[in-house]
Amino acid sequence: MAIDTKAAEDSGLVFHPMDQFIVKPLFGYGDVGAFTITNVTLWMALTVISIIVLLVFGTSRRAIVPSRSQSVAEMLYGFVYKMVEDVTGKDGVQYFPYIMTLFMFILVSNFLGLLPMSFTTTSQIAVTGVLAIFVFLAVTILGFVKNGVGFLGLFWVASAPLALRPILALIEVISYFVRPVSHSIRLAGNMMAGHAVIKVFAAFAAIAAISPLSILAITAMFGLEVLVSGIQAYVFAILTCVYLKDALHPSH
Amino acid sequence: MEGDIAQMGQFIGAGLASVGMGGAAVGVGNVAGNYLSGALRNPSAAASQTATLFIGIAFAEALGIFSFLVALLLMFTV
Repeated sequence: MAIDTKAAEDSGLVFHPMDQFIVKPLFGYGDVGAFTITNVTLWMALTVISIIVLLVFGTSRRAIVPSRSQSVAEMLYGFVYKMVEDVTGKDGVQYFPYIMTLFMFILVSNFLGLLPMSFTTTSQIAVTGVLAIFVFLAVTILGFVKNGVGFLGLFWVASAPLALRPILALIEVISYFVRPVSHSIRLAGNMMAGHAVIKVFAAFAAIAAISPLSILAITAMFGLEVLVSGIQAYVFAILTCVYLKDALHPSH
Repeated sequence: MEGDIAQMGQFIGAGLASVGMGGAAVGVGNVAGNYLSGALRNPSAAASQTATLFIGIAFAEALGIFSFLVALLLMFTV
């Protein structure tokens, strides 16, 4: 999302609330710079490194009485495993690694994005769009591989009256193809909106008369954002589980 | 204040698009409120329905996010 930097000068605020989402190359400049390491790639790499540190080194000792990092890693694993098992059933458990990967990547990049001066990779529709499109493709291909033509039964609501079924089928097809759009924009929109609100209040803090109020508002919004970060990672993962369940058992 | 009439239309349109977020607020409140009233009547069944609660909230919220997106597009890309 490239936004003109001179918008900050027009708006009257100290800085523009959307400036934090500009993708900048770290080294180099111009058209070539966009193909080198940008702040998005840097923070994505930091996300992956944090996940490896937490999960691999956290559980490497396998103590019977777990250390703090080991209990966090085990809790996350158990939480996602139970979610996959509850929503998709026993035969969906073999796809647990994919959902665990998605959940951990989104959760950790949301939390890293809350650090001051950091960059939220999940606020870019390019990042969440790729995640959502791959979920969509994986689920569609899996549905046809597992059920053959029977996967199209997902769109044919057998329990509805016969006259209504073609209309319902049309609605089901549309809602099926909107899935990747809503799946990606929900995550990116939530992240972008929350961070923009924090930055708007931060700009108000420069005005002396209302600065205590706006600092209180930033604190409250930050608490809400921590909650939203966790919930959005959970929602992305659980919707992937729901789509997976549809692909494995397409009949209504 | 300066600028042309197209810019004025952009800002008015972005403000109108933001009204859609109120609808999402009503929807999310409805889902959470109904969950709570159901959970207080039968607390033993509440824990098994939290996943459904979050799925419902996510679907209701997505449409509010769409209107936010329309506002953003009007402000920054049109």
